[in-house]
Amino acid sequence: MKLRVLSTLLLFNFAVVTLTLAQQNVPAPAKAFATAPEIAYDSVPNFLKLPNGVYLGEGIGVARNSKGHVFVYTRGGDTSHLYEFDQNGSFVREIGKGLYGFQMAHAVRVDPQDNIWVVDEGTDMVIKFTPEGRVAMLLGRRPEFNGGVRATPPPNTPPPAAQPYRFGRPTDVAWDAAGNIFISDGYTNSRVVKYDKNGRYINSIGTKGTGPGQFNTPHSIQTDANGNVYVADRGNRRIQVLGNDLAVKAIYDNVGAPWALCITPGPHQYLYSSNSNPDNNNSRLNAVSGEIYKMELDGTVLGKFGKAGKQLKEFTTVHAMDCRNENDLLAAEITGWRVQKLTLHPQVQTSSR
Amino acid sequence: MKRSLFLIGMLSVLAARPVVGQSIPEITYDSAPNFLKMPDDIYLGEVLGVATNSKGHVFVYTRTGSVNVTTGTNRVFVRSGSRLFEFDQNGKYLREIGQNLYGFVQAHAVRVDPQDNIWIVDEGSSMVIKFDPEGHVVMTMGRKPEAVDNPARPEAPPAAGSGAGVPGDNFNGPSDVAWDAAGDIFVADGSRNSRIAKFDKNGTFIKSWGTRGSAPGQFNVPHSIVVDAKENIYVADRGNKRIQVFDTDGNPKAQYANVGSPWALCITSGAHQYLYSSDSNSGDFDDATIYKMELDGTVLGKFGAGGKQLKEFGTVHEMDCRKENEIYVGEILNWRVQKLILHPAAGKPDATRSARK
Repeated sequence: MKLRVLSTLLLFNFAVVTLTLAQQNVPAPAKAFATAPEIAYDSVPNFLKLPNGVYLGEGIGVARNSKGHVFVYTRGGDTSHLYEFDQNGSFVREIGKGLYGFQMAHAVRVDPQDNIWVVDEGTDMVIKFTPEGRVAMLLGRRPEFNGGVRATPPPNTPPPAAQPYRFGRPTDVAWDAAGNIFISDGYTNSRVVKYDKNGRYINSIGTKGTGPGQFNTPHSIQTDANGNVYVADRGNRRIQVLGNDLAVKAIYDNVGAPWALCITPGPHQYLYSSNSNPDNNNSRLNAVSGEIYKMELDGTVLGKFGKAGKQLKEFTTVHAMDCRNENDLLAAEITGWRVQKLTLHPQVQTSSR
Repeated sequence: MKRSLFLIGMLSVLAARPVVGQSIPEITYDSAPNFLKMPDDIYLGEVLGVATNSKGHVFVYTRTGSVNVTTGTNRVFVRSGSRLFEFDQNGKYLREIGQNLYGFVQAHAVRVDPQDNIWIVDEGSSMVIKFDPEGHVVMTMGRKPEAVDNPARPEAPPAAGSGAGVPGDNFNGPSDVAWDAAGDIFVADGSRNSRIAKFDKNGTFIKSWGTRGSAPGQFNVPHSIVVDAKENIYVADRGNKRIQVFDTDGNPKAQYANVGSPWALCITSGAHQYLYSSDSNSGDFDDATIYKMELDGTVLGKFGAGGKQLKEFGTVHEMDCRKENEIYVGEILNWRVQKLILHPAAGKPDATRSARK
C-alpha cells in the first residue's frame, strides 16, 4: 500500500515535471547529444580588435574570404553595419555605411570569387558587394516607406503568397559551382528559392509545415561541392538536404534545432551545425542546447563541442558560423554581441563534457 | 473651342497608333560601365531621380539609409531617407546638396531648369524644393506634414480626397516638375491627388486641372511631366497607359497610347526635339522598353530589356536626354544610374522582338 502511494506520488511528480517542461516548451536534448564524442577546443580571446567608437551589436553574421579576412554583419544602435577585419582580427573598414538595404542584419557570406553577400531580414533584401565593397547586384526590394508605420497583422495571420522576386524576412544565401544562388526565405515565407547567377528566378520549394520539403523557419543554407543544398529547418529541428533541383534527398533530425550551418571546403567536406541555445536567455533551455555538431555530409555525427554560457568558449546563441578552415571556426553570437574564433583539436577526444 | 481641340486630340491618338504588326526599329546602344564614381563611404540607394545641368553635371536624387520615424504621444515624425548628389560630366563625385534637409524624405524626381537651378520633388514630404546652382534653397512649394497618423492610413482604398484633384498650393505625393519659357511651374501631383498644378515663376498658384479617372484631362498617377519649346505639356499618365498633351492652360491637345505605361519622360533640347518615354518594368525581368518618339507621337525606335546586368533595366524611374543620343537613366531596383550611348543610325528593325510584343 505504502509502496503504491509512493509510486503514485512519484508518478504524480513525474507528471508535474513533465507538465512544467511542456509548459516551458523545453525540448529534449538533440538525439545525438548523449553519444557524440566531445571535441576539444579553445577560443582565442579578443580576436576582433574594434576601433574606438565602433561596437558590435548582436553578432548576427560572420564569414571569411579567401584571404582570411573576416566580415561581420551586426545589428547596431542606429542600423545594421558590415565590418571587415583582416586575418589577424585588425579592423580594416566598414562597407555599405548607411546603405538603403541595411536594417536588420541576418547573414553575411562570401562567395568563391570573394564577393560579399548580405542578407537583411528588415529590408527583405539580398545584396551582393564586389570584393571592393561596391554594390554589384540586388535581389528583393525594400518595402517602400508609406508615410507612417504599418500596423502589425494579428497573430496567426497567414503571410501573403510568396513572390518570385520578393522575400519575406530572408535568412541566408549560398551558391553552387555554376554560380546559381540559393536563398532560405525565411521567417514569413517558408521556402528555398533558386536563382541563376544573374538573379533570374529558376524555382523554389516549400510552404510552412512539417512534411518533407516544407519548412518552419529555414534559417541557414549551405551547398556542398556536388551542388546539394543543406537547409537548416530550425523550427522542425532537422536539416533537410535538397538536390540541386531542390528535390528532397535526405533529412537529418539528430542534431537538435539547427540555427547555423557551415560546410568546409576541400576534397573531404564536413558539415557543422549549431543546436544553439534560444536567444531568450532562458536557463532551462540553455540546459538542453548550445552545442555544435561536426558531421559527415551523409549525416553521421562525428563529434560535438560547446555549451550555453557567457564566458569564453561558451556560446550565447550562435547565429552564424564560418568553417573555411576545418579546425578554425568563427562563431557569431546574438545575445553576447561577439564573434569567437575557435580552434578545434579533434584528435583530442574526451568522453564527457 | 475646347471641344475642337479635343477632337484634334482624338485624331492625334489615331495617328500615333502604329499599324498592327508594324515593327518598331531597335535602337542599338551601349552603357558606360561604372560611370558614376562614388566616394568610399557613399552609396546610392534606389535611384528615383537623375538630371543634368548645362555643364553636363549629373544630379542624382536617391532613397538612402533609413527613414527615421520617431513616435510622439499619438503621432509619428518622419525625417531623412533621401539624399541629393552632384557629379561632374565625367562622373566624378563633387558634393552632396541639402544634407539632412527637412524636406528630404522619399525621393521622387530631380530636374534642372534652364537657369541651372536644381529642383527636387519629394513624394514623402509632399514638397517641391528649388535650389540655386550653388545648392542653396531658394524656394519651397507645398508643406511637409508636421506628423503623420499612426498607424499609416491604409493604402487601399485611398484616403478621402485622394484623387480628387484638390486645387491649391499644397501637394499630396507629387511626382515631377517642369517649366515653360516664361518660367511658369507645372507640378505633376501626383500619386494621391491626380492633377497638374500651375504656378507662376514666383510660386504663386494659378490653377490646376485633373482628377482621378481615365477621360481626357483625367489621370491615374500623373508620373512624369515635360514641356517642349512650343509650350506643349506632356504628362505621363502612367496608370492609364498614355501620354497626354496639354497647352499651358490645361486644355487637352492629344494623347499617345502606343508606348505602354509611361513611367519617365524626357525631351531633348535643340531645334528638332524628340520625346523619350520609358515603359518600365516593375518585375525584375519583365519587359522594359524605352521609346524614342517625335513630339507628334510617332514612334521612331525602341531599346532596352529588363534585368540586372549592364544595359538592362530595373525599373527606370527618371531619364535625362539633354543630348539626343546620351541618356541617363535612374533605376529603382538596381540602385544605379546608367549613362547610355545610343547609335540610332545602326538601328534596324527587329521583327522577332516586335512580333513578340
